[in-house]
Amino acid sequence: MIVAERKPVAEIVEMVSGAKRVLVLGCRGCVTVCSAGGEREVEILASLLRLGASQQGRTLETIEATLVRQCDREFVEGIDQWAGQYDAIVSMACGVGVNFIANLRPRDIVYPGVNTTFFGGSADQGVWTEQCAGCGNCVVHLTGGLCPVARCAKSLLNGPCGGSVGGRCEIHKEVLCIWQAIHDRLDRIGRKDDINRIAPIRDWSTAGHGGPRKQVRDDLTV
Amino acid sequence: MSFTPDIRVFCCHYTSQQAIAEGKDGLTADGFPVNASIDRLVCSGKLQVSTILKAFEDGADGVCVVGCPVNECHNLMGSQRAAHRVVAVRKALSELGVEGERIEMSHLPRGFHPEFVEAVSRMDERTRSMGPSPFKGGAAK
Repeated sequence: MIVAERKPVAEIVEMVSGAKRVLVLGCRGCVTVCSAGGEREVEILASLLRLGASQQGRTLETIEATLVRQCDREFVEGIDQWAGQYDAIVSMACGVGVNFIANLRPRDIVYPGVNTTFFGGSADQGVWTEQCAGCGNCVVHLTGGLCPVARCAKSLLNGPCGGSVGGRCEIHKEVLCIWQAIHDRLDRIGRKDDINRIAPIRDWSTAGHGGPRKQVRDDLTV
Repeated sequence: MSFTPDIRVFCCHYTSQQAIAEGKDGLTADGFPVNASIDRLVCSGKLQVSTILKAFEDGADGVCVVGCPVNECHNLMGSQRAAHRVVAVRKALSELGVEGERIEMSHLPRGFHPEFVEAVSRMDERTRSMGPSPFKGGAAK
């Protein structure tokens, strides 16, 4: 999922300081799963925004709503139902949602309610860890399913840097040395030879270094 | 400046037994602040962050949350969950520049205990020294 966390409240209060009516808009996708921007978080943020406004002696009206997704045109168009009822939107979706609202609603003012942090999974209740960098050229078939791009502090592709101690990263002691983990896992599953395959110099253009990425599926386009 | 704070108390079914048995007059006789109101919950773990924030929106100057002892909650984890939510509200208040001390979690055993009255009295005194809630200045709705 795309993991996010709420921005500091004072920062959002400042964003909406010129608005009298705010649509606080959640998303039922990833940000609901990581408890950053679902229905419950919308209710909390709306309350905090009203409290923040009252501190400034202002009245703030809030509409609280949550879309199925904010990364699809048909759902973003659902904002029409609140047309004329808000001065600004605070989107609690990931950055994709904020951009989609900005793309599709040229007259609407939209602010981000969360900081989008990484592609990750829930390691434990209330704990999320990065697992994928979305680099566009997956190599985990050679690394036992473990991603060195996202999970090595140096994104090394040809083995460990030599600085790890006890299977831990020299930069973040609480983090696994993913290359140690890759080595151990390949050994365990009988694929140790995979580690001897040398990754060529990488073309990072698929990772966004060539500008915004686009994907077209001819079988799906109409 | 003297003012009478509005204190809201959220307590679970078990830690509110004293309040129910003694009634308002009995509690007052025990020293329970007359300016404190009690909301009973089936379990403190049922208390949501938004409910606490709503209390501040509705004019609370201070909030007490009372649940079972940490490892003796009738519903196992309820009071621990409540404590986490109190921390979340404190963090949010501090992000708005408001004293986090306006909310406090207490873990108390069920039954009749002077600590219940003391916890609320402590919040009453603390809130009197801090003054009215900064959220009372405006007209949020």
